[in-house]
Amino acid sequence: MSTPTLMDYDEALARFEPVLGIETHIELGTASKMFCGCPTGFGAEPNTQVCPVCLGLPGSLPVTNHAAIEGIIKIGLALNCDIVEWCRFARKNYFYPDMPKNFQISQYDEPLCVDGHLEVDVDGDTYRIEIERVHMEEDTGKSLHVGGSTGRIHGAEYSLVDYNRAGIPLVEIVTKPIVATGDKAPLVARAYATELRELVRSLGVSDVRMEQGSMRCDVNVSLMPRGATEWGTRTETKNVNSLRSVERAVRSEIERQGGVLADGGRVVQETRHFHEDTGRTTSGRSKEEAQDYRYFPEPDLVPMAPSRAWVEEVRASLPELPAARRRRIQQEWDLSDLELRDVVNAGAVDLIEATIAHGSDATSARKWWMNQLSRQATEQGVELAELPVTPEQVARVQAMIIAGELNDKLARKVFEGVLAGEGTPDEVVAARGLKVVSDEGELASVVDQVIADNAGVADKVRAGKVAAAGALVGAVMKATRGQADAGRARELILERLGAS
Amino acid sequence: MSAITRDEVSHLARLSRLALGDSELDHLAAQLDQIISAVARVQEVAAEDIPPTSHALPLTNVYRTDEIRPCLPPEQALSGAPAAEEQRFRVPRILDEEA
Repeated sequence: MSTPTLMDYDEALARFEPVLGIETHIELGTASKMFCGCPTGFGAEPNTQVCPVCLGLPGSLPVTNHAAIEGIIKIGLALNCDIVEWCRFARKNYFYPDMPKNFQISQYDEPLCVDGHLEVDVDGDTYRIEIERVHMEEDTGKSLHVGGSTGRIHGAEYSLVDYNRAGIPLVEIVTKPIVATGDKAPLVARAYATELRELVRSLGVSDVRMEQGSMRCDVNVSLMPRGATEWGTRTETKNVNSLRSVERAVRSEIERQGGVLADGGRVVQETRHFHEDTGRTTSGRSKEEAQDYRYFPEPDLVPMAPSRAWVEEVRASLPELPAARRRRIQQEWDLSDLELRDVVNAGAVDLIEATIAHGSDATSARKWWMNQLSRQATEQGVELAELPVTPEQVARVQAMIIAGELNDKLARKVFEGVLAGEGTPDEVVAARGLKVVSDEGELASVVDQVIADNAGVADKVRAGKVAAAGALVGAVMKATRGQADAGRARELILERLGAS
Repeated sequence: MSAITRDEVSHLARLSRLALGDSELDHLAAQLDQIISAVARVQEVAAEDIPPTSHALPLTNVYRTDEIRPCLPPEQALSGAPAAEEQRFRVPRILDEEA
């Protein structure tokens, strides 16, 4: 296979208009599998969470998990979908050992949820992503390919299959073609995946962890010449497993397809694999012949007809959704669009909200999480929420500041201690002796000493140059190793120098 | 006119990972043709007002509560497998046509 020349991204966008489609698979966090009572925990020993039903043994019969159906209805409603009044499961037949039954139970022409939409923001512009369908299916087993150099499917000599994942409830969310995004296409794709992840997480129906595979995106990309009305041939890049990879995969396919088309070539409709290390896609199996799934209604499962009463009950139970929540906190916390975006991108919304719930004011809560703690998280390469400090502890530190027991500088040291595992804020304060010097007599004697030591500066202040007092306050802080109340020190200095 | 062509049988055999020789294809194509033709007679009585039947029972909404039930021990789960390794099902290499 020849390696096509990549086209420069800007040139590709100047000549072609990308059309995207995104299929997202989300594993629901139910206790048991979709059609049997096997547990769904991640990381168990291979083939320890299997039974006759999910192994497809003769004589076994599937029964639908009620919680999974409630979960998908929640997702459908949150995506503004209609929940159909009647639908069936379908068998998707294929010969691939990741399903021991030789078929996957899915939905075909009767998805449970249809015609929704999700709005996403990119650089201040809102894109409305239309949702074609949301349907229920079961996840497949995991294959380990042995003998190949890369652990990938190509070149493998044989495969080892673990069916623990086979039968875990899987929701597939399919967009309608996403058009007119121009050079923002990769960002729109990423923003969609991000928003979808936030939305599903807020519903509490999945942990949506891309690195563990409980959320996986397949990204369809095609290019058409600018001004054309007929879409080009699309490729489908499979299992893109991070938000950043969604963006990179779209960008990479635009560059690759642009190169193919510019060379007078033809884009082949195929599945492609995304490689994290190179940021490029490579050809997978060709779809043109293999896609003959011979769907038919699943005879072992009766149709679903969710009552309107149930659907309305589920609708009423939906929590505040991320978009509404962002609007609310922006107002309540008085944030600019940029500040809001930073807070959201830092994953700080929950943390700040919890800190406020523990008694902090919004501005202070945001300040701590977005400054010192965010920097720490970035330095350590972890999520903000993974830092060993709780919203309650942040609120406690802020309460000590309000009470005059700490100043900002000392508070930063308290957080250093907490992050270093030295205990709670109170324990760190005690162990490091970080109390503000509030003893008036002690502070006064330091102030007197500083004035004596800096007679020149003191004279300037006496002469009315109040700004010079700052130097004296600094000297007091230095003498107390930062533990004095700077405001009170300033008052005392001005008092003594008759400038107050 | 036959209900299924020899080429279609060959295609299905490939999807099913069945290695059929020429004589087998001839034999099975003819047999399948007869079977499909026989079943197709049902369509002669299917009227517009009779919806296709997918389920024999007039039931909807049969669910189970989300509760964990005991699994098979792995050695039992693997006992029917032609080959196993590292407590996993060992299967021939996948997509050999592209290796």
